[in-house]
Amino acid sequence: MRSVIDILDLSVEELDGLIATACDIIENPAKYSEKCHGKKLATLFFEPSTRTRLSFEAAMYELGGHVIGFSEAQSSSASKGESVADTAKVISCYADIIAMRHPKEGAPLVAAMNATIPVINAGDGGHNHPTQTLADLLTIYREMGRLDNLVIGLCGDLKFGRTVHSLMNAMSRYPGVKFVLISPEELKVPGYVKHAMDEKGVAFEETTDLEAVMPTLDILYMTRVQRERFFNEEDYLRLKDSYILTPDKLENAKKKMAILHPLPRVNEIAVAIDNDPRACYFKQVANGKYMRMALILKLLEVQ
Amino acid sequence: MNIDSIKNGIVIDHITAGKGMQLYKLLRLDELDCSVALIKNAASRKMGKKDIIKIDAEFSVNMDILGYVDPDVTVDIIRDGNLVEKKELTLPERLTNVIRCKNPRCISSTEQELPHVFLLSDPAKRVYRCMYCETKAGSAR
Repeated sequence: MRSVIDILDLSVEELDGLIATACDIIENPAKYSEKCHGKKLATLFFEPSTRTRLSFEAAMYELGGHVIGFSEAQSSSASKGESVADTAKVISCYADIIAMRHPKEGAPLVAAMNATIPVINAGDGGHNHPTQTLADLLTIYREMGRLDNLVIGLCGDLKFGRTVHSLMNAMSRYPGVKFVLISPEELKVPGYVKHAMDEKGVAFEETTDLEAVMPTLDILYMTRVQRERFFNEEDYLRLKDSYILTPDKLENAKKKMAILHPLPRVNEIAVAIDNDPRACYFKQVANGKYMRMALILKLLEVQ
Repeated sequence: MNIDSIKNGIVIDHITAGKGMQLYKLLRLDELDCSVALIKNAASRKMGKKDIIKIDAEFSVNMDILGYVDPDVTVDIIRDGNLVEKKELTLPERLTNVIRCKNPRCISSTEQELPHVFLLSDPAKRVYRCMYCETKAGSAR
């Protein structure tokens, strides 16, 4: 029984295997439509996230399985004070696999330590969000044809943006990858993430100037400055419009650059860019569902 | 200053001067009924000055706490007035319920009866991180 709490719980070989499965699902969806017949996925969302929850649910339905769960803490026993550990033990009696979103960092790990079925971390506070990273990896792979030797620009909220930390951890294992970290001073990547990059000998540079580095990028990963990660409304309002991608800023970008965004977008990418062939954020959503399907198959050990 | 030598017990020696009280608290020596001596700023040829703790009873000392706070201390086990064992310390790989995570977003701040676990992430710099949220020991993020 395996759980996936951190993207690093999956080896590079396993990531390659998931990408191969996802590509096969895209080519031959009918082959997979009954693979999870009779299996149940529990979506335990202690914090609302319609997008991630629906992606997991769509993934399970497309595999022929069923879904049970809740979409906010108020409708769960957590509102009565039940611990994450107890919730995990109880749900293990009902379902075959858990996807958990929780505002507290480390909650899915606590669930995995107590559940008797696999647990997938569907986002824990500002910490990890491994299945978003799986979506990112498949998108990069399908757009660029490789995961190595890429210059990856990460822009926006790099401090609280868990998708950024997970993506850096995952991509840092491929040779020749360089990160360009573009953010305001207050939202820079935390020290521990940079420390991990230094340890692995991964190249990165930090800058506040998106346009200056634009011509060097193969991937531009935009993120939203999230209101819910701030304790102070003033700080949020001051920083929320820091980096907005507009068509004129793309003038110097590579023709084959891919623009990614974990969504939801507020205003950090102008709608005018949606028709640009480099805009990949809606493809990323579809890729997320395919990778979640591949991951569910792997963790349920379905052949 | 004279402190009687102990018959059966433990001497925690070569404590970095100033860390004695921190160890006294973390090891919860205030809860012991036996004689306990905390000597501050004792003269030391090797260290200049040092702190020493003497516990006049058999006591199972938490080596993880010692290793985390001050891995250069030595632990002398005394029986019948004789030194029977001298323990050297290493940095513990895992600390359970020694320190608490200060990240208000960490699950350990709300989950009942969850042990506070820190794992050694950088031995050279003696950095520990919370097992749940990866926050560095002693910081809020």
